[in-house]
Amino acid sequence: MVDVRLQDLPRAAIEEVAGRSLWADARHRFLRNKAAVSSVIILALITVACFAGPHLGLRPQDDVNYDMMPAAPPDFAAGYFFGSDSNGRDLFVRTLYGGQVSLTVAVVATFVSLVIGVIWGALSGFIGGRIDGAMMRIVDILYSIPFIFFVIMLTVVFGRYIVLIYFAIGSVSWLDMARIVRGQTLSLKRKEFIEAAHASGVSTWNIVLRHIIPNCLGPVVVYVTLTIPNVILTESFLSFLGMGVQEPQSSWGTLVSEGATVMESAPWMLLPGIVLAVTLLCLNFVGDGMRDALDPKDR
Amino acid sequence: MLHYFLKRLAGAIPTLFIIITVSFFLIHAAPGGPFDTERHMTKEIEANLKRAYHLDESVPQQFLRYLVGLAHGDFGPSFQSKDYTVAELIEGGFPTSLMLGSLAMLLALVAGLSAGIIAAFRQNTGVDYSVMGMSMIGIAVPNFVMAPILTLVFGLWLSVVPVGGWEWANVILPVIALALPQVAAIARLTRGSMLEVLRSNYVRTARAKGLPSRITVMRHAIRAAIIPVVSYLGPAVANIITGSVVIEKIFSIPGIGRYFVQGALNRDYTLVMGVTIFYGVIIILCNLASDLLYGLLDPKVRYD
Amino acid sequence: MVSGANGKAAVLEVSHLDTTFATPEGEVKAVSDVSFTAGGGEAIGIVGESGSGKSQVFMSIMGLLASNGRARGSVKFHGREILGLSANQLNDIRGARMSMIFQDPMTSLNPYLTVSRQLTEVLVTHKGMSEAQARKAAIAMLDRVQIPEAKQRFDMYPHEFSGGMRQRVMIAMALLCQPELLIADEPTTALDVTVQAQILELISELRQQFNMALILITHDMGVIAGLCDRVMVMYGGRVVEAAPVRDLFKNPQHPYTAGLLRSMPRLDETSHDRLTTIAGQPPNLQRLPSGCAFRDRCDRRFEPCATELPPLRPITPERSKACHLPAL
Repeated sequence: MVDVRLQDLPRAAIEEVAGRSLWADARHRFLRNKAAVSSVIILALITVACFAGPHLGLRPQDDVNYDMMPAAPPDFAAGYFFGSDSNGRDLFVRTLYGGQVSLTVAVVATFVSLVIGVIWGALSGFIGGRIDGAMMRIVDILYSIPFIFFVIMLTVVFGRYIVLIYFAIGSVSWLDMARIVRGQTLSLKRKEFIEAAHASGVSTWNIVLRHIIPNCLGPVVVYVTLTIPNVILTESFLSFLGMGVQEPQSSWGTLVSEGATVMESAPWMLLPGIVLAVTLLCLNFVGDGMRDALDPKDR
Repeated sequence: MLHYFLKRLAGAIPTLFIIITVSFFLIHAAPGGPFDTERHMTKEIEANLKRAYHLDESVPQQFLRYLVGLAHGDFGPSFQSKDYTVAELIEGGFPTSLMLGSLAMLLALVAGLSAGIIAAFRQNTGVDYSVMGMSMIGIAVPNFVMAPILTLVFGLWLSVVPVGGWEWANVILPVIALALPQVAAIARLTRGSMLEVLRSNYVRTARAKGLPSRITVMRHAIRAAIIPVVSYLGPAVANIITGSVVIEKIFSIPGIGRYFVQGALNRDYTLVMGVTIFYGVIIILCNLASDLLYGLLDPKVRYD
Repeated sequence: MVSGANGKAAVLEVSHLDTTFATPEGEVKAVSDVSFTAGGGEAIGIVGESGSGKSQVFMSIMGLLASNGRARGSVKFHGREILGLSANQLNDIRGARMSMIFQDPMTSLNPYLTVSRQLTEVLVTHKGMSEAQARKAAIAMLDRVQIPEAKQRFDMYPHEFSGGMRQRVMIAMALLCQPELLIADEPTTALDVTVQAQILELISELRQQFNMALILITHDMGVIAGLCDRVMVMYGGRVVEAAPVRDLFKNPQHPYTAGLLRSMPRLDETSHDRLTTIAGQPPNLQRLPSGCAFRDRCDRRFEPCATELPPLRPITPERSKACHLPAL
């Protein structure tokens, strides 16, 4: 009689452990949260506007209009929804393109942070013992270091290449994720199906990859939605200081920086800042909503 | 208690060492040297410069030299500001940054704790919702967006506060802008912690004992509720330091943050490295202080 | 003047107490129409499952209800109405003349304050003692509850005490002002079996020494037997039976009481394959069934049980039951 192997079990038996009813329950709770739901809608609108908008026949972002120079206030009739910047360019269009940059960096950097954090946390939790102790010690140490300064040093030293920006920002935000995943891993480790896999000779790496990580999904999803605003914040912080994405690309942070210098005479130039603030606010509502949906506590 | 403190101290030292080491080797991994952007130099002048700045030595040797210098409070010369050493620049900017940061931290604690406690006692009322709403905004909106808006609204349109310059009254806006995200975070944290404590079994016992509500609230509830806030002090200081970089830029405040930004834009390696290490030391010290405070408040950790 | 079952003057008179909680999912009636009287020095046991309302009765009496709870009816302490008093007014009585100890000594003591502080504050508040006087009195009480080396341990923190010792500290704290009534809510449930007996014996001794009325809330019938004079059985927020302890154990008149007694394993029985249980689940307090709340689990139910709520009626001067059955 051959022993049953983990991969021979029907999918449903394994998913049972994660608890399918958990998702339906959580979705129901999330949908009841009005702030979270409206935030999702607003975010969707902003994303669509940023990526699809420029293709809808708006003027290109580097189109300089001498009539609108220097900065001119919003003029809906002429189609300058946010007015123009000090160089006569359409600020609304620049905001959309800025959104493309900010959102793309957000997604990629979050992905980087996700990969680092999940692997670090899962390995640390699963291996346990002194290696776990050492790995978590490193997380503790990194927590107390002002990461931003290192990121800035990285850009000073190596230049402001977009790929570097992705990795630098991603490397700032993985610590919380690692802690959460490690916690999950520690509790999963004791469950029987992990022991079964171990006993049937599946390697540590494979167990972590194929069984631990998929079962951590819940808290990971929550932390991803909480990481994204942090990443956007970091990126716009850098861009605001002039150390983020390089010209001619500009992100929302860059636009806010331009706006701050001339806000006395041209207050509409802070509008990209409002868009950034709204986006971050919505992301926070969604993140909180997801956290409450998956782990309701009386707030 | 001493044992606890020594343990914490022992943990801080590797952190400091890592900060110094990573900073140093990062800077020295830069392609090209610090003089690349300078005017075209002859080979001889370049060699002389290198020798003057000890750049001809091997990297480990330079590292040791740097460590020794640090022990004496010498962060090396500024590569871009020829007349000043990094230490002098830091010294010049520190008092200003210290005042800005301390005032912001103080405001954050006073406003955040009060708001959080009041919101907890008035749970689910208008007061609670407004505190929660404002703290949501404070946490989500970056301070470099908030600062110009505050300046616009309160400085230019309403003329409540003066704009520009650096005298007493000018402190208000930058301090508020810098403190706001931390006011929000502390308010949220305090409220959550307070709610949990008010529901706890030991507060129930205090009530069952017939203690006057003043004592129950102050001695039993608040004392327990502020402990998580004490843990947050370390990250709060780090956030204020990070935030001060943009605030100093926006309001043209002559602090360390502003030098740092200029140094970063000018590729002044030693300055950037020095400021990073300096700020790192401050954060480590503040973390130690918050750990100590935590140990004083929570007897369970002292006897580890 | 109202007197308790033992003939002494009533310390506590509860009449038609109702306690409801307003939750987002609707109103929950935790306590319905509970009435009883406790005389000076009397020991009453309150038995019931979780959700029977046994704890909430006394949370209502002590003014410790959660903010979404409302208590109606009448509670008189020495003839004075205390239900509805403000917290400040209640504070004169709580901890001084009427004390309560709770189930979990781990979480019921403030972990951030010394035991000494938590003890002396009671005396300073209620007796106006100075710190020094309060310390002396508190250490003496700790000795009385048999905490070894009380003086040395006095300034320690709760986490440095074991579970059983923490509960002794709680008892000491409750008795510092020599209250006339002690309410003990499942005082031994969270403790080791060996410690349970010690704590119960301590409570019994102290009760006699201080001549205190005692109300002991528990889900364990065995605990009642050695300690109480009278028992009240609660189910679904109501009292379903009340009797002197011997009568209840020998001749229960409510099917639920009989079920509880049957489910207690006994030393003098020959071993069976399984323990006897009462089939079914406790009722949902948001949607109580019509008629008798116990009917779905009762093996003696008949027609009126589903439609008419059986009122608590006296069967003898000392006993009452809430059941349509004429006799068990």
